[in-house]
Amino acid sequence: MSSNSDYLLSIEDLTVSFDGFKAVDSLNLYVDRNELRVIIGPNGAGKTTVLDLICGKTKATGGSIKFKGREMLGLQEHKIVHAGIGRKFQTPSIYENLTVFENLEISYPSGQSVFGCLGFRRTPAVIERIESVAKTVFLQDLLQVEGAFLSHGQKQWLEIGMLLMQDPELLMLDEPVAGMSQPEREQTVELLKRICEKRGILVIEHDMDFVEKIAHRVTVLHLGKFLAEGSMEAIRNNPKVQEVYLGH
Amino acid sequence: MKKVYKHLLGGTEGTIGLAALLILLAIILPASMDIFRLNLVGKYISYSFVAVGLVMLWGNAGVLSLGQGIFFGLGGYCMAMFLKLEASDPISTKIQSTPGIPDFMDWNQITHLPAFWVPFRSFPFAMAAILVLPALLAYVLGNAMFKRRVGGVYFAVITQAVALIVSLGIDGNQGYTGGRNGITDLRTLLGWDIRTTSAQYILYYVAVALLIGCILIGRMVLSTRMGRVLLAMRDREDRLRFSGYNVANFKIFVFSLAAMMSSIGGAMFVLQVGFISPSLVGIVPSIEMVIFAAVGGKMSLLGAVYGTLVVNTAKSLFSESFPQLWLFLMGGLFIAVVMLFPDGLAGIYTTVRRWVIRASKTRRPKVSQPVVAAELVNVEGD
Repeated sequence: MSSNSDYLLSIEDLTVSFDGFKAVDSLNLYVDRNELRVIIGPNGAGKTTVLDLICGKTKATGGSIKFKGREMLGLQEHKIVHAGIGRKFQTPSIYENLTVFENLEISYPSGQSVFGCLGFRRTPAVIERIESVAKTVFLQDLLQVEGAFLSHGQKQWLEIGMLLMQDPELLMLDEPVAGMSQPEREQTVELLKRICEKRGILVIEHDMDFVEKIAHRVTVLHLGKFLAEGSMEAIRNNPKVQEVYLGH
Repeated sequence: MKKVYKHLLGGTEGTIGLAALLILLAIILPASMDIFRLNLVGKYISYSFVAVGLVMLWGNAGVLSLGQGIFFGLGGYCMAMFLKLEASDPISTKIQSTPGIPDFMDWNQITHLPAFWVPFRSFPFAMAAILVLPALLAYVLGNAMFKRRVGGVYFAVITQAVALIVSLGIDGNQGYTGGRNGITDLRTLLGWDIRTTSAQYILYYVAVALLIGCILIGRMVLSTRMGRVLLAMRDREDRLRFSGYNVANFKIFVFSLAAMMSSIGGAMFVLQVGFISPSLVGIVPSIEMVIFAAVGGKMSLLGAVYGTLVVNTAKSLFSESFPQLWLFLMGGLFIAVVMLFPDGLAGIYTTVRRWVIRASKTRRPKVSQPVVAAELVNVEGD
């Protein structure tokens, strides 16, 4: 057993209770560098809450979340972002009144203080980075289009692109293919495989075909608790998992 | 040079808009009005500083403050304190029991100039205070609220409560502030009589110049990355935190900037109108100022000026003819604008402009690209 600091992300004994209801209960979870981990589980299993806890949106009641050996609990959201954790939300959360270019530019990780913003310049390096990320997420021809005019799938890609701008070491994606057409899903599989080479990715997803294509390992949650972990194959054949989730 | 043109002036359209406003304020109005009416316009221009600040704060950053009168009043009182001290020299106040202090203090049996009045004998201090004090107050209020994530309606209500407290505080401390009557009987600025016709013309032009300056500062701020971040904050504050921004700091910044602009307006009000009183600080003026910005179009810096001029002109016309009905008309106007023209006068202008463009396009058919359409929507703001 290696020590915790070898993991990119190590969650230990994480608990959050809302008025006595434990949405996440003594959870342990370890994610390696360069690993693509998928969290699955029935509705109300606490999947999204786990991501909320990691990115600082929800405050934990107890436990620890260490990212590269550094405690993340109690940090403000923007500090967690600057530590290297990016988060995509369940419903695509982009800035609808800004263009694709501006959406990506907002996420460029330097000059994000008040005076940094006033003095920020669109240098060739910034523009080049935005164009390269736009290409990665298939939006290179739509840079001047406002976010509101994108299709649902394109919004999902844009949000992934916004995360890539931050160049996070841990990328958390909440239902990245929800509302996508089949060809879009396949493109997204390729996208995730490509961007996973340099970082750890944590995905929540219900689409089992999609999970099978991307997951290195799968963690199953049930009622806020850890239920099982392993390859997709092993998870499918796990009798406990079949009982609460996949068997139906 | 090209960059300045694009960022500061907003390209061809922004430059034309600004030039049109300048021609109206600096040439057409002075040429067509007597000094009494022009002085009224000067008063409205002082209010429009607040409206321009509200476009930054409310329209762009999505933070509605119902207490901008506080900052208007702060600037006004700083200026009035300086002018009052100058008007209260020992010779002109020799009939008082304590000569050399403002008359209202003497009436209230105060025999020493209070300590917080003393620095206002200095002109540089008074000028610095007009700029720094409101920004400082906004910084403190902003820190107290935005860091604790007090926002939206709660923020609006708290600013309104602060406006009430400040106006009551001024009202209740007659010996120190002049009380309900305010500070009146202001005469000279560094020996220059501000009540003469020529002084009123000069002060009017100073106010116009400062207003244009504030609009340019606003445009400059909005043309940087700050402008995009403020829009993003207005629409998706929660998301912006996860793009790596400390949202509270941005709100504090724009709140302080708007406060500073309001304060300059207050100072110009005192110079042109010759008095300041708590009735310009409290809830009612603070809300009226929001209406000016709403009528002008809460996203348009230029619109804010037109909104202020239109509402106030209507106010003085109606209140002369139907004094009892005025408040109802004002309320009706606000409701009508919000329901029919949510983007105010600037929105009407944009709509008309779009028709004109569409009409001219159908005459000369051209390949239209989605990119062009997106760019059009983009510049609607101003």
